[in-house]
Amino acid sequence: MPFFAYATAFLLLPSGVVLVGAFKSDKGKFTFDNLSTVVHTPEYVRAFKTSIEISLVTAIIGGTLGLLLAYAAVRNGTPRWIRPLLTTFSGVAANFAGIPLAFAFIATLGFTGIVTKLLNDHLGVNLYRHGFTLFSFWGVALVYLYFQIPLMILVIAPAIDGLRTEWREASSNLGASSFQYWRHIGFPVLLPSVLGATILLFGNSFAAYATASQLGGVSLVPIIIGQNIGGDVLSNPHLSQALAFGMIIVIATSMVLYTLVQRRASKWMK
Amino acid sequence: MRTRISFSAVTWLLIGGVYFLVPLVATMLFSLQSGSNSSYSLSAYGTVIHDRTFWKTLQLSVELALETIAISLVLLVPTAYWVHLKLPRVRPYIEFMTILPFVVPPIILVVGLLKFYNGTIHAPLWFLEKPHYFLTSAYVILAFPYVYRSLDAGFRAIDIHTLTEASQSLGASWRTTMGRVILPNIRTAALGGAFLTLAIVMGEFTIASLSAFFTFPTYIQQVNAEKVYEAAALSLVSFGITWAAMLGLLFVGRGSGRNRTQPAGGR
Repeated sequence: MPFFAYATAFLLLPSGVVLVGAFKSDKGKFTFDNLSTVVHTPEYVRAFKTSIEISLVTAIIGGTLGLLLAYAAVRNGTPRWIRPLLTTFSGVAANFAGIPLAFAFIATLGFTGIVTKLLNDHLGVNLYRHGFTLFSFWGVALVYLYFQIPLMILVIAPAIDGLRTEWREASSNLGASSFQYWRHIGFPVLLPSVLGATILLFGNSFAAYATASQLGGVSLVPIIIGQNIGGDVLSNPHLSQALAFGMIIVIATSMVLYTLVQRRASKWMK
Repeated sequence: MRTRISFSAVTWLLIGGVYFLVPLVATMLFSLQSGSNSSYSLSAYGTVIHDRTFWKTLQLSVELALETIAISLVLLVPTAYWVHLKLPRVRPYIEFMTILPFVVPPIILVVGLLKFYNGTIHAPLWFLEKPHYFLTSAYVILAFPYVYRSLDAGFRAIDIHTLTEASQSLGASWRTTMGRVILPNIRTAALGGAFLTLAIVMGEFTIASLSAFFTFPTYIQQVNAEKVYEAAALSLVSFGITWAAMLGLLFVGRGSGRNRTQPAGGR
């Protein structure tokens, strides 16, 4: 089938070259040197640590806020028009990333950003003198949340729909409090979906390049690979393949976890 | 039973609203600052509109998006049809292929593509130098998961066995069956995949910038180096394009059951 030929040419072979290249010396011989260099260079180890940390932080915070927002939108009593508005906006925001997102936040919270100036001129709060900077770990995390929260809303909304009203009614008929309902029914049913979605968010952030490349300030693995392609920092092409190999290991692990969790999650979905 | 909106729901929705709207409003105000001495003006937008590079890169990105959509559909419509009709056992392999672009994100794909086509084998220059060849090839891979899933859902919703048999027992050729029976029935699914692809390609920066092509997102980045107000204006334009694509998706999804907005990746 032409599909498989295409996928082989532009996906399988290029990925294979990266995997094989990670284990090749300059002379084309098999070696563990590249991986060993990555593991023994503090700069690269730190980059992996930072990448994993920022992905964990934005997955957990983004996951929690996304869940709360999605739930707030479908709750009994919330006006009906909120939900379609929220999901449509989430569709846009989850796709609105990279260059324009980075610039939008620079225009908002950068040195001369609108909000930075507003706080300084009217409230006398100088963010940057108080230690805040957009070009730091937490700054980048704040920007990443702009696509992480919407992704959570999109992924988790069907699972929240899966919570049937009958369960809630049955439990309150049996005298359970709202807390007891969540403790024994709502939370356990949602848990696998929430875990799965959070893993997805982790991978989403881990692979992100464009947004962080414009903000700077944090050295993430994709950024180092990008600099390496640009050719200014490192000269060994096999090193960037070794870094890419490391990224693939992390993402593949999270994908395996996701599949396992997803199997549990589908139990309650119709 | 009608209950009043709960306090905590209001609180969270308000916090969410502020977080999501403030950067957009601020970007707009920022882009209006370009006038002399702190008066607001539309001059940043004027500069952008009169910049020929803006139109050129925008046109290039739109062309790349259309090419990507066309190639994806030509490759995937027959594949998805065939898998549903005759070869269900191939399905796991295709599903593996649609997950792979997540495991091999753009930043790694571009490393592999450059290494393979400009090292392992020496691809002809027209392939490496023309965005219409090199970038489109990569973008079709990025679009795979979204287009395939959209089409898969479309084929699931119709009874293609009966449709195919009915068409053939009336004497229609394969081409007629495909063109006049199958395609009209999955038009919505195909359009849905197309709008997502449009959103992806119009925002894709990683591959374009690292393989040194000058598309709309790389143009925005270049503008930012010297003209920050114009870059803010362009960021809003880009946001508008994403909105338009998502509204398109919502619009074609209407009437065909649930609309399935999926996250794509320009990050």
